[in-house]
Amino acid sequence: MISWSEIDVSFSGRTVLDAVTLSVSDGEWLALIGPNGSGKSTLLKTAVRLVPFGGRVEIGGRPGRAGLDIAWMPQRPHLPDEMSVANYVLLGRTPHLGYLGSESARDLSSAKLAMGRVGLEMLADRGLSTLSGGEAQRAVLARALAQEAPVLLLDEPTSSLDIAHGLEVLEIIDALRKSDGLTVVTAIHDLTLAGQFADRLALLDGGRITADGSPSEVLTEQRLTSSYGKGIRVIDSGDGPTVVPARKSHV
Amino acid sequence: MRAVGAAPLAPAGVGVRRWVVAIGLLTLVGIGGLLIGAAGMPARGVIGALFDRLPLIEIHHGLSETQLRILFDIRFPRLVMGAMVGAVLAVAGAGYQGVFRNPLADPYLLGVAAGAGLGATAVIAAGWGSVFIAPLAFAGGLAAVGATYALSRTAGGRTTTSLILAGVAVAAFGTAIQTFLLQRNYETLREVYGWILGRLVTVGWGEVGTLFPYALAAGTVLVVLRRFLDVLSLGDEESAALGVNVPRIRRVVIVAATLATAAAVSVSGLIGFVGIIVPHTVRLLTGWSYRVIVPLSLVYGAVFLMIADLGARTIVAPAELPIGVVTAFLGAPFFLLVLRTMRGSS
Repeated sequence: MISWSEIDVSFSGRTVLDAVTLSVSDGEWLALIGPNGSGKSTLLKTAVRLVPFGGRVEIGGRPGRAGLDIAWMPQRPHLPDEMSVANYVLLGRTPHLGYLGSESARDLSSAKLAMGRVGLEMLADRGLSTLSGGEAQRAVLARALAQEAPVLLLDEPTSSLDIAHGLEVLEIIDALRKSDGLTVVTAIHDLTLAGQFADRLALLDGGRITADGSPSEVLTEQRLTSSYGKGIRVIDSGDGPTVVPARKSHV
Repeated sequence: MRAVGAAPLAPAGVGVRRWVVAIGLLTLVGIGGLLIGAAGMPARGVIGALFDRLPLIEIHHGLSETQLRILFDIRFPRLVMGAMVGAVLAVAGAGYQGVFRNPLADPYLLGVAAGAGLGATAVIAAGWGSVFIAPLAFAGGLAAVGATYALSRTAGGRTTTSLILAGVAVAAFGTAIQTFLLQRNYETLREVYGWILGRLVTVGWGEVGTLFPYALAAGTVLVVLRRFLDVLSLGDEESAALGVNVPRIRRVVIVAATLATAAAVSVSGLIGFVGIIVPHTVRLLTGWSYRVIVPLSLVYGAVFLMIADLGARTIVAPAELPIGVVTAFLGAPFFLLVLRTMRGSS
């Protein structure tokens, strides 16, 4: 379980997160939603201690160790051009190596397994710069999986992908969650996908959580309109709520 | 032919073949450096004398006492010194490039060399005696990198750009004071310029002994931490999220590289561009990984400077060119080449 308690973050006097308290159970998928600048990415970053914050972040009651307990997948990952997929995924084993250590056979097999799980084993020798957007995103996911951390934090895992590739990445994450019991927290802009994949949604607005519950509880026109402004319609498509933009003239 | 995707997964490493080539070249160039010089000596005699020094081997080499002294007290220490200075400057360059993620980073970027130059100039201008050159050059180098670091933090946070700009400013400031000192003490101009341009001329075993501990310490630290330089290529945030203490790694690498540079500068003067030419050539030939670049930069840095010194000794023989002029002559066009490829790739 990962829990955030009373998290405060401010950047040069501007409050970004204000007393945010949230916990996610083992094996649960929580999607953080909210408008740009609402603090979703910042909340994820507090867990791996990338921003200074007040409050506590704990994994199973202990302060989580970045890398070992939590794997974080950034919104815009650095992909060194010439590095091969295999070597990139192998960097995910860094938290398991000491200052003087180097990769053991176990580390190599973990990396290989991670590549296999996202379907990249055939591209192991390819340079990162030669990958398509979808392949690159799967490589980043494989690196996170190679960390073998129980909690997976994903910052906008689909934002650079087309609809089919976005869906593909989320399906892989969902399968891994079910098979390995991973706890998944994603910051995500696509509200329909958030509702389709996550067990629970937390709506952040102005650095505070304004709604927390199942997709059908959170994805209501009233709530979304008050957070995002006008122009949002929610349609019940039978497969959970579908959130669509509505142009002013059509509202 | 192997099946696609069936390649065994392995971390990047130097590999036996590359080690054999590197050590082979080092040996060949080393022997060449001992054979060639102003005092003509028969190759057979030189090689015989070298083997004669090994335990349990006795060879009649036919060299006179004077020739032996030239070989073992002048050529040999100068060769070893050149190799060590080259190795240290190249590996320091690789270290700086890794921690700043900037292919143009080198010992000169951070103002280390300018700071060391100022320290040495102050000693020479004040007429304190050459015994103070090394410690003051050393202090100047450390002060400069400290100033660069502090300036970059106050000026623009922790970005690579702010660091490089701060390094340029510190170097310009150091050079300005140096020029001022020179103008006030123009009788020492020649001596200072001799030092600034870099020299291995007066080197004996004493200077080799002075540099050795620094070279060993810095080389060891950078080789041990080379794996982290690969992790840092993911950027500070992603490295930190992988549990790496980024500020600590960066600090340790910078201190090691700076100590090594200042030590090299204090015994051999300002020899530029080694820290750019060598790691870049290694990178072009072997790929992205610092696991390969760092150890091979040590070896090829030594090879490069031994060759440059050979050029310095022979191009205008019987006179000598300052070795810094030789490296700058090769380095400046190389720098532009790197800049071009950077712009091309971005």
